[in-house]
Amino acid sequence: MSKDIQAIIATDCGSTTTKAILIEKVGNEYRQTFRGEAPTTVEAPFEDVTKGVLNAIQEVEELSGRKILDGDKIITTVNGKVGVDAYISTSSAGGGLQMMVAGAIKTMTAESAQRAALGAGAIVMDILASNDKRLPHQKIERIRQLRPDMILLSGGTDGGTVTHVVELAEYIGAADPKPRLGMSYRLPVLYAGNKDARDKVKEILDHKMALTITDNLRPTLEEENLMPARLEIQNLFLEHVMAQAPGYKKLMEMVSVEIMPTPAAVGEIMQTIARLNNINVIGVDIGGATTDVFSVIGETFNRTVSANYGMSYSISNVLADAGLKNVMRWLSFDIDEKEVRDRIKNKMIRPTTIPQSLEELKIEQAISREALRLSFDQHKLLAVGLKGVQQTRTIADVFSQEGTGQSIIKMTELDMIVGSGGVLSHAPRRNQSMSMMIDAFLPEGITTLTVDSIFMMPHLGVLAKIDGEIATEVFQKDCLIYLGTCIAPAGQLKKFGQKIMDFKITMGGKTIEENLHFGELKHFHLGIGETAEVELNPAKNFDVGAGKGKAYKGTVKGGVVGLIVDGRGRPIEFPEDDQERKNTIKKWNQAMDLYPVY
Amino acid sequence: MGHSYTPGLRVAKRTVIAKDRILPLKGEVVNKVGDLVQRDSIVAKTDLPGNVSTINVVNLLGIQASEIDHYMLKKVGDSFEKDELIAESKSFIKWFSTQIKAPLRGKIESISSVTGQVLLREPPIPVQVKGYINGKVTEVVPQEGVVVETVCSFIQGIFGIGGETWGTLKFAVNSTNDVLEESKITSEFKDAIIVGGAFADYTAIKKAIQVGVKGIIVGGIKDGDLRTILGYDLGVAITGSEDVGVTVVLTEGFGKIQMAQRTWNCLKEREGSMASISGATQIRAGVIRPEIIIPYDDADLSRIEKEVHEAKPVAIGNQVRVIRQPYFGRIGTVTDLPSALTQIESETHARVLKVKFEGDNEEVTIPRANIELIEE
Repeated sequence: MSKDIQAIIATDCGSTTTKAILIEKVGNEYRQTFRGEAPTTVEAPFEDVTKGVLNAIQEVEELSGRKILDGDKIITTVNGKVGVDAYISTSSAGGGLQMMVAGAIKTMTAESAQRAALGAGAIVMDILASNDKRLPHQKIERIRQLRPDMILLSGGTDGGTVTHVVELAEYIGAADPKPRLGMSYRLPVLYAGNKDARDKVKEILDHKMALTITDNLRPTLEEENLMPARLEIQNLFLEHVMAQAPGYKKLMEMVSVEIMPTPAAVGEIMQTIARLNNINVIGVDIGGATTDVFSVIGETFNRTVSANYGMSYSISNVLADAGLKNVMRWLSFDIDEKEVRDRIKNKMIRPTTIPQSLEELKIEQAISREALRLSFDQHKLLAVGLKGVQQTRTIADVFSQEGTGQSIIKMTELDMIVGSGGVLSHAPRRNQSMSMMIDAFLPEGITTLTVDSIFMMPHLGVLAKIDGEIATEVFQKDCLIYLGTCIAPAGQLKKFGQKIMDFKITMGGKTIEENLHFGELKHFHLGIGETAEVELNPAKNFDVGAGKGKAYKGTVKGGVVGLIVDGRGRPIEFPEDDQERKNTIKKWNQAMDLYPVY
Repeated sequence: MGHSYTPGLRVAKRTVIAKDRILPLKGEVVNKVGDLVQRDSIVAKTDLPGNVSTINVVNLLGIQASEIDHYMLKKVGDSFEKDELIAESKSFIKWFSTQIKAPLRGKIESISSVTGQVLLREPPIPVQVKGYINGKVTEVVPQEGVVVETVCSFIQGIFGIGGETWGTLKFAVNSTNDVLEESKITSEFKDAIIVGGAFADYTAIKKAIQVGVKGIIVGGIKDGDLRTILGYDLGVAITGSEDVGVTVVLTEGFGKIQMAQRTWNCLKEREGSMASISGATQIRAGVIRPEIIIPYDDADLSRIEKEVHEAKPVAIGNQVRVIRQPYFGRIGTVTDLPSALTQIESETHARVLKVKFEGDNEEVTIPRANIELIEE
C-alpha cells in the first residue's frame, strides 16, 4: 500500500494544543514536511474538538500550499497538491481516559488490572482491593466521589473463589457512580475476573451499568493475560467515553482509522524503537497536565502516567511534591522563594504562556527536571518484571511479588532515553533537552539520548496502524533526533575535585586523553551520524557499566549536542553552601553551553 | 497563518449572562420557562442516595452465606429504624439466639448469598439548587435544572476559592493599587462583597472571615497566604468547594498586581448593588473561571434577547493585559502584529505582538501567548 500513498494529515488533540503534521512523498521517500497548531477546542466557548483540528490543519494548508480542506471536510482523494490519502488522529483532550480499577488482592489482581489500564493509555484514579484496608463504606464513598470514565473489575483466578470479586461488584453497584462526561449514559464497567463469577457480577451490575465481560486478566496464579482487557478498554473508550466529549462524534467520522488515546500511540512508538534497535529504552512524554513514562526492558513493556505532574495545569503539583528547595537547587541566580511560588501559580492559572525572559526559561526548566524526576521515580515503582502482555510466571515469582517495589530498571543496562513533549521537543537549544533528561533520569554508564524533533510520536504511533513502513521511515528521518551520548560513572564521593576516571576518546582521527574529577561535567562535539571509540578507566568505587573500578572500551554515538562526560556522581551531589552551589550550577550550565548568559 | 485567538477574561458593564443551574443527579425542576427567579429561591431539587454501610450477617450469626435469607427479618427494599432487629439466628431458647440490630435508620439495599454481606442504605440526602442570580428562566432541562438569564455587569476573575455567595458590593479601598489591609475591614462589611485593590494578605482575609464578609474581590494574593488559608499546597487548580468562610476572587493573579482599571471602574459603577460571586475555578478539562455577576434589577427581564459572545482574534488597537514576566500585570494597547516568528530573549521563536503600555507609553515586544484580551 505504501507506494500509492502521496500525503497523510495527522493530528494530536492534546489538553492544551492540537498539533497537525503533514507527511508527504518527496521523491522516493516519505517525509514529515509541514506542521501547524492551534488551541484545543474541547472547552467552552467552542466545545467542539474539530474546530481546533480544522484550525491546525488550516495552518498546515497555508504553510504547505496543499489544499486539504473543503469547508469543514477533509479531501481524501489526492490530485497533485489537492487532498490527502488519509486523516488520522490521537487524543488526550478532556483529561484523557480516567479509570478506576478493582481487584481482589492488592499486589496481585489489582496490580495486574492497574497495568492493563495503564497499558491501554488510561490514568488510574484509584485502585480498589478487598485487602486495601479501607472499610466498605469508605470504598463505596470513594467510588462515588471519583466519577471515573470507566471501571475495570478483576479478581480471582478462573475456578477459584468468587467471594472477593462479587463483594467488589456489590460495592460498585451500591456506589452507582455517575460518569464524568454526560449525565444520561451508563458508566462502562469492564469485568475481567474469575469466569465463574460472571453470572453473579452480571446480576449485580448489568441493570445499572454498561457491563462488558472479557477474559480473566489473571486466569491462573502463574499467568497474566492483559491484552484482551487492554483492547476492550480502548474499544469502550471510543464507544462510550470519547463519544461523550464535545465534537468527538464528528471527529470519529472524519478519521480514516480509529482515534487512539495519545499515550497508547506513543507506547507503540517506544516499543518500535526498542525492537528496531534491539535495545533497552526509557521514554518520556511530558505534557501540560500529565507525564507519561514508558520503558521497554528486554521483552517487558511498561507504561506509567503521572497524572498530576506536568508543565502547566499540574505545575503547582510538581512544586508541592518536589518541594521548593529541590526546584531552587537548579537555579544559578538569586530569586526570592515567595516570588518563585507566585510565578509557578501564575503559570498554573494561565497555562498557555511561554517563558519570555531567560530567567523564566531557567525556572521552567528547573521545574521540568523535578517533574521528570518524580515521574520516573513513580515509574520505577510500577515497572516490575513482566514479560510483555502474555506473561507466564512461576509460583515462586508470584510469591516474590511482595517486593513489587523492586524495579526491573537498572540504569547501567539502559541503552537509550527518548524525550518528547513541549518542554523537551521545543527547548530553544537541544543542549537544554539533553541536560534536563540527564539531570532527571540520572543515566549511569553509557546511554544514548534522543528527542522527538517537533512532537510527532503520537501521530506516528497511529500512522503505524495504517502503514508501518511509512511510520518507520518518517520516524527515523524526521522524528528521532540524536542528541548524543552521556558517559556517567556511577558512584559517590563526599568532596568535589578528586579524580574518578581517566578516559580516552578517539574521533575523527584525533585522540583526546583526559581525567574526570568528581563534580565535573565535560562536553565534546561529536556530530550526528559520527561515532567515537572510548576507553574508560573508572576509580575503584565508580562503575561505567562493566562493574566497579572496571575498565570499559566501546563505541559511542554522536548527535546534535555530542558527548557528555558526567562526573557529578549518582545521585548528583550539590555543594551545601548556597553561593558555591550557584557557582557550580553556572559551571555545569557553561560546560553544556545551555544558555547565552549564565 | 491559521485563525488564532487569545481568549481573555471578560469585563462587561452591561451584558446578558445565562447560568446553568443543574442538579448533580436527575430530580425535580421547580420552575418553568419564563419564570422570574431570585438568587436564593430553589429552582431544582433532588435526593442524593444515602450513604451505604455494610454488615456481614453471615459472620455475625455464624451461618453459611447461602442460608442468609432464612435469617433475615428484613428483605431488600424494607425500611428500618435505628436499633430495629434486621436479622436473627434461630434457637429454641430465645436467650441463645443472636440478634443483629440496625446501626442506623434506612433501607436494605442488598442481601448477598455469596458474600453474606448486607448493604444498608441511609435515608436520601436532599440537594437543592438555588437561582444564584436574579433572572428569568429561559430554558428547562427536564429533570436536571434550568437556565437562568439576567442583564448584568459581568466580570471574570482569573482564580478563586470558595463557592457561590451573594451580598452588597462595597469598596474597602480607594484605588486600583491600594492594598486591602486588616485595619480597613470593619463590621460595616458584614455580609458584603468587598473590593480590595491590588493585594490582600492573610491577616486581611482572616479579619474578613471574622467580620462575616461574604466575598473579597482583589487583584492578587500571595501563594504562601493561600497555603495558610487552605491548610495545604494547592496542586491543581480545581477549586470552589473550599469551606474557608469567605469566597475570594482574584482578578489578576498571584502577587501584588494592580487591579485593571476597567475592572475597577465596572465594579465602582455598581457599588451598593447586590452581587453574586463564585470562586469556582477549574483550569483543566473544561475551563471554569471565577465570576462576579451584578444583575440590573431594573432591567426588563421579560424582554431579554440572547447575546452571542464569541472569542475574537486579537487585533491592533485591542486593550490587553500581560500575563507573564517580565511585564506581568501591565496593561496596554496592541500596536503591531508581525506575522513572522520572532526570536525572544529566551531564544524561543514565537509569534509576537507589540504593545504600548498605559502610563509611560513604553512599547515592547511580547509573545502572543503571554497576553490576554480585556474583553467587553
